[in-house]
Formats: sequence, structure tokens, C-alpha cells
Amino acid sequence: MHTDAPKEGLEKANKYVLSRKLDQIFVNLAEVYRFVVRFFQEVFLPPYEWQEVINQCFQVGVRSLPLISLTGFIIGIVFTNQSRPSLADLGATALLPALIAVAIVRALAPLVTALIAAGRVGSNIGAELGSMKVTEQIDAMEVSAVNPFKFLVVSRVLATTFMIPTLTMYTMIVALMGGYVNIHANELTSFKSYINQVFDAITFLDIFSSVIKAFVFGFTIGIVGCYKGYNSSKGTEGVGKAANSSVVTSMFLVFIEELLILQIVNALRG
Amino acid sequence: MKENIKIDTTNKVITIKGLKKSFGELDVLKGVDMDLYQGENLVVLGRSGTGKSVLIKIIAGLLQPDEGSVNVLNHEITGINEKEMDALRLKIGFSFQNSALYDSMTVRENLEFPLRRHEKELSENEINQRVEELLEDVGLSQTINQMPSQLSGGQRKRIGIARTLILKPEIMLYDEPTAGLDPITSMDINNLINEVQQKFHSSSIIITHDLTCAKITGDRIVMLLDGQFQRQGTFDEVFTTEDERVKAFYDYNFTD
Repeated sequence: MHTDAPKEGLEKANKYVLSRKLDQIFVNLAEVYRFVVRFFQEVFLPPYEWQEVINQCFQVGVRSLPLISLTGFIIGIVFTNQSRPSLADLGATALLPALIAVAIVRALAPLVTALIAAGRVGSNIGAELGSMKVTEQIDAMEVSAVNPFKFLVVSRVLATTFMIPTLTMYTMIVALMGGYVNIHANELTSFKSYINQVFDAITFLDIFSSVIKAFVFGFTIGIVGCYKGYNSSKGTEGVGKAANSSVVTSMFLVFIEELLILQIVNALRG
Repeated sequence: MKENIKIDTTNKVITIKGLKKSFGELDVLKGVDMDLYQGENLVVLGRSGTGKSVLIKIIAGLLQPDEGSVNVLNHEITGINEKEMDALRLKIGFSFQNSALYDSMTVRENLEFPLRRHEKELSENEINQRVEELLEDVGLSQTINQMPSQLSGGQRKRIGIARTLILKPEIMLYDEPTAGLDPITSMDINNLINEVQQKFHSSSIIITHDLTCAKITGDRIVMLLDGQFQRQGTFDEVFTTEDERVKAFYDYNFTD
């Protein structure tokens, strides 16, 4: 049943505690909070829509592979190329594999994967659910006694939460391969030597923190896309806004989270 | 034309009393009283924006009323919990104005969707049989593997109705069933609504501003004006009046 309690209450009261805009911000925050709480309530309760989760994992994961592969590989090449002159000035080009390993594993792979997913998957989820809302498909699910939140939101958020870490690991590998191609072409470093230097440079905490970060990014992208789509206003304009807003909000939150997690990981490193 | 329709006027499937609903400062329903009898097709007529769709969305539990009582199949739905509402929804079919077919699914998957979730004891063969039978009933067997985007407006309406019928509901709610359709396709939909009434012995509320649809499908007609039901009766009874608002409605539909 639709329960737009905070929003409806605000409209009906027709008076504001602070100002119209400030009150609206707090109302929106309350709605986001309720949406996230509802996700955690529904995710553990049966019935489980496993088929839809698998379907969404395919959409998020497999369908993103070509773009992630291309971007990851190019980033590996470009980052190596751009770092070389600075290291060459110090006579330290031998440190290139270690430098790109640390940069890719700690920061670039999770961040690039999340940004690509926010653009591709986040906008897709926002537009799809927004369109379903506008054309009453979500209502149609509800009146046929199927929980649309569980079918549409829970499945998509689970898919992004689990597939983005997987894609991040994949991006790490592809970007490191891009770096290797560039280093091999310039410094004639062997693959074995390159891999040894890469694994000497990174620690378990580097990989672990990146995967955890990717889980957080994945959850954020999924929940933001679903929230924006599920609550999009009526009309085709609303669908466009939902898609656009999903991307912008997801990217903004991903950067904030990156910053916060970085502080935590640095504190752990001591 | 309707044949052998049995309306049990002693058995009310929906009873609404003093129903009020507003959106912001706009009062849409201002105290609606209504009964729907077993086996009856009740048409709710009214201009756009008068709250006709709001009324059936409240009955289906998609919106909550501000005041009043809504009793559906002996269940008071105001304050009902989600689980009880879902159990009740299995007995209510809702045909949306724009059909609301799931775009990402084929016609077959659209029809199977509620069935697979609520009748888990059915075998694959039984599911197939139920889907094929219903598609045959609405005359669209050939569309079974098509996507909704490949269907015409009339076909989408029919598939939408078939999807609501798959769980054999006791009550059908039609939201503007002929909106946006040409006269011939509209007539097909009107006939389909009557066939559904005959074959499934369901009780229906038909929301429309199409008087031809009202005349053909309605056993009883109520007219929603200014947030309340102002006229009630057969088609001729409703329109035998000096009320300018009602006369204007008739004139715009049936005269040049």
C-alpha cells in the first residue's frame, strides 16, 4: 500500500518548520532512510526472487564486461604511460610495476568500476523503474499481490552489491594487464618479473579494502538507482530525471564514500 | 447484448460508506457511498479528474482513504495489514488504463507472472494450459511469444484483462477500458467485459467517460460529480434528468 506519509503530511499541513526547501530536504532524507530500512527488512524475508536476482546479476555483470574490459585496459596503459616520465626523472622506472599495482588495486579499479557502473547500471535501473512507475507496472505488480519492492528493488540492489566487487576484481586484472603491455613494450620486463613486482607491492589489506569498498559502492549504486526510479514523479520527464539523478547522486556518494573509506583504511595501516 | 446475467442483490461484494480522499488541498472524493452486488457490472461515469480512478485504487489498496469505510468481500480494508491485503488482492483483478503490461516480459511471461507466484502447486503443463486457454478467451493466442511493444493498443488491453483473469478474481476493476481506442476496438473490449461477466460470474466496477461503454457493459450506472455520486440507476434512468451537468455529458457523447 502506498504510504507517502512524510510527503503527504507536509503537503496537507501546508506549513513549514524551517522553510519549504529545508523541510523538503529533511522529508527526502526520511524517505531515503525508510527506503533503506525497508530493503534490509525485505532482503531476509521469504519469498526470495532468486531467478530475478540471477537475471539482474547477468544484466549488471556480464553486460558490463565489454565496457569494463576496454576502460580497464586503457586505464592500465595510460596510467603507466603518464607515470613513466616522473619516475624516469628520479631514475626509478623499475618501480613502475609496483606503482601501478598500488594505484590500480587501492584506488583506480574500485573507483573506475563504480563510476562506469553508476553511468551504465545506475541510469538503467533509474530509467527502468521510473518507466515502470509511470506506466503503472509497479502498481500492477502490487495489485496482483506480488511485492514489487522485493521483486524489483531487492533483486537489483543485491545484484549491484555482489557484481560490482566481482567486476572490480576483473578491472584490477585487466588494468594490470594494460600496464604490463605498456611496460613490456618500453622496458622489456618479462611477465613473470612484472607479476612478482606487482604482488610484492600490494598487501592483503589493499585487496580486502578494495573489495569492501566495491561492496559499498555497489550497494550505493543499486539503492540510489532504485530509490530514484521507484519514487519518480509521473510523466516521461520524471523517467529522464530519475535516470539522470541516479547517475549524479551515485557518483557523488561514491566519491564521498571513497574519501571516508580511505581514512579508515589509512588508520588501519597505522 | 447481455444474456442470462444473474445479479444477487442480497449479496454485496463491496460496500463503501462516507469515503473521502484529498490530495493536498484538492478534495477529490467528498463522501462517496456505494454498493456493488454479486455478478453486477457497475459503471462509474464522470469527467476526467473527478476521482473515478482514485475510487478503484482505494478498493485495490493502492491508495489509502482519508475517511470512511471500504468493505471488500467482508474485509474492511481501512487499516488492514499488508498480508491480509495481499490475500484479498488475489480475489481482485485490476485492468489498468494503459494495460500496464510488463515491458521486459513476453505475453506468456506476463500471464504466468502472478500464476507462478500464487499457485505454486501447478505443473508446467497446467500453467501452459491456463495461459493458452485465457489467450484463446481473449482471442489472442497468436501473440503468446510477442513482447508488449509489438502489440496494438486493443491487443494490450485484452492481454491486460487476460492477466488479471488468470487468478480467477471475484471482482474486476476496469480503469477506462476503452480510452484511446477506435470505436470498433472499443466495441470488442466492451463485449469482452460482458463475456468476462458471463463466463467468470465476476462483479465489476467499470470506470469510464465513454457512454457507449457504459450503455453496453453497465447493469447499473452511477455518476460521480463534485466528489459524490449524484445519479444512480440504469443508463436511461441516469440520463433522464434536467441536471445540466448530466445532460451536457450525454450531449457531448451522442450529438454533434
